[in-house]
Amino acid sequence: MDTSDIWVLVEKRNGSAHPVSLELLTMGRELAGGLGGELVAVIFGKSSEGLMRLVEQYGARRVFEIEMDPRLAVSPEAMAEAFCMAVSELRPSVVLAGATAFGRTLMPLIAVRLRTGLTADCTELEIDTDRKLLLQTRPAFGGNILATIECPDSKPQMATVRPHVFRMGKVSSPPRALRTRKVYRPVLRRMTELVESIVEREKADITEADIIVSGGRGLGKPEGFTLLNRLAEKLGGMTAASRGAVDLGWYSSAFQVGQTGHTVSPKLYIACGISGAVQHVVGMKSAETIIAINEDPDAPIFQISDYGIVGDLYEVIPALLEEIGDGEKY
Amino acid sequence: MKILVCMKQVPDTQKVKMDPVKNTLIRKGVPSITNPFDESGLECALEIRESAGGEISVLSMGIPDSECILRDALSLGADRAFLLTDRAFAGADTLATSYTLSMAIKKIGPFDLLVFGKQAIDGDTGQVGPGVASILEYPVITFVTGVHAIQRDRIVVERMVDSGREIVSSGYPVVLTVVKAKKRLRMPRLTTIIDSFEKRVVRLGADDIEAESARCGLKGSPTRVKKVFSPKKHARVRYIEGNAAEQAKALVGVFRGKGIIP
Repeated sequence: MDTSDIWVLVEKRNGSAHPVSLELLTMGRELAGGLGGELVAVIFGKSSEGLMRLVEQYGARRVFEIEMDPRLAVSPEAMAEAFCMAVSELRPSVVLAGATAFGRTLMPLIAVRLRTGLTADCTELEIDTDRKLLLQTRPAFGGNILATIECPDSKPQMATVRPHVFRMGKVSSPPRALRTRKVYRPVLRRMTELVESIVEREKADITEADIIVSGGRGLGKPEGFTLLNRLAEKLGGMTAASRGAVDLGWYSSAFQVGQTGHTVSPKLYIACGISGAVQHVVGMKSAETIIAINEDPDAPIFQISDYGIVGDLYEVIPALLEEIGDGEKY
Repeated sequence: MKILVCMKQVPDTQKVKMDPVKNTLIRKGVPSITNPFDESGLECALEIRESAGGEISVLSMGIPDSECILRDALSLGADRAFLLTDRAFAGADTLATSYTLSMAIKKIGPFDLLVFGKQAIDGDTGQVGPGVASILEYPVITFVTGVHAIQRDRIVVERMVDSGREIVSSGYPVVLTVVKAKKRLRMPRLTTIIDSFEKRVVRLGADDIEAESARCGLKGSPTRVKKVFSPKKHARVRYIEGNAAEQAKALVGVFRGKGIIP
């Protein structure tokens, strides 16, 4: 029997939940209300008590643990198979996941196996209460247009959402969630094998940063990043780089923002010495506030910025550090 | 090693302009290009063939005119080229596209390595590579940024994840979706251009690949676009004038206003 339930695939991160999962649970509460179903947090493997409490606080009424052989649990194919088995049994109306590397790999594998529709990188989700459908709005054409998409004839309706698109908010007096689990034994012909996972730096996920100070070729020298790091630190943010700077070896590609790097959506993005080529801009234009510092008044970055400073970043940023209260002169 | 590179012709979305009066996209006159990520996929395949030998086939689904991107691939040294073109394929979403490509691959394959670009710059979904892998029941490695080793029974690649990198290996067949290759797509050499004159782009229709028409094109697409509209126009930038100290003061004011600093 089809249900009206909303499933949020909760991504584990450092023993807790990836923030995007909490953002989705928050939005999921509204959607569940509109559909008249339950909000279910779906987790691969066992969840700790801490994680259980956390997803409860963000409104999950049920927590469903998908258990499988741990040797299979690292393969996207095996996880997709197991997830599909669960969906076929429990028949949710909607499945949501964060558009992280994990979600963007797993969700298409699931959607195609189920022969249902998947809409990636949604910026808005709402329920058409008359037809009980999820309306999924997303950018296309490099962000030049927005499209609203629906999946009227197949279930579940699936969507991914990037971090920082929705806000997260706790429920004031969260009721206890019902905890259920099931073991699945997916059968697979072939799997990839994770040889090594190299995390560039502990807890360093640029897509999670609220505040980003970013540097490009206009820095002129790699030492410029030392200055940017100080500003990032002072503001409680992270440092990122354009492909130009990364290709020159000035900064790690783990922090590259742009078409061949990461897409970020922070509260504040300060672009220093970045010209604003389209390939960079597609990775950051959804930031809430964009400030650009560049010596070239014709730099395209100013066309998408909220505030612009035409000037020398090696004068502006030290002045900024002093004004904020850095103490020492650069 | 039999390598397949899937490629798509797309409008150059980076050159698309907005009509300032109607606030809609001006699609007329926008040049068509090979999807940049598919160019990286092709470069990746060419690099792999250089070190491990083999044969490269390129496959695309599109209107007849899009054959030119496959001719470009042939002039760079691809060995075979196939264009899936049929009215029945029109209006396909990612599921229908994945199905159609998979049926073609079953006809023209088998392949050891199937290379896709990370995403197409018009749809921007990134779903077709994993979708094809699902239908063919092949493993998939997404967001590949480099190839570490190619052995007879497995390939070892590096991929990017949100917090760093992973090294992943797989046996064959395997699907890769590529973010970038070691270098940008090479320029064709005169010898490969001349060699390519003999090669035909083979056209395949729905019957040639024995595709069920209910699973192709608009009919085979569970998602429907309800409406398309323009994003809110970005307000003009506010320039902060003055000397560095004055600009810094103004910036701090902006930060305070947005609650970034107390």
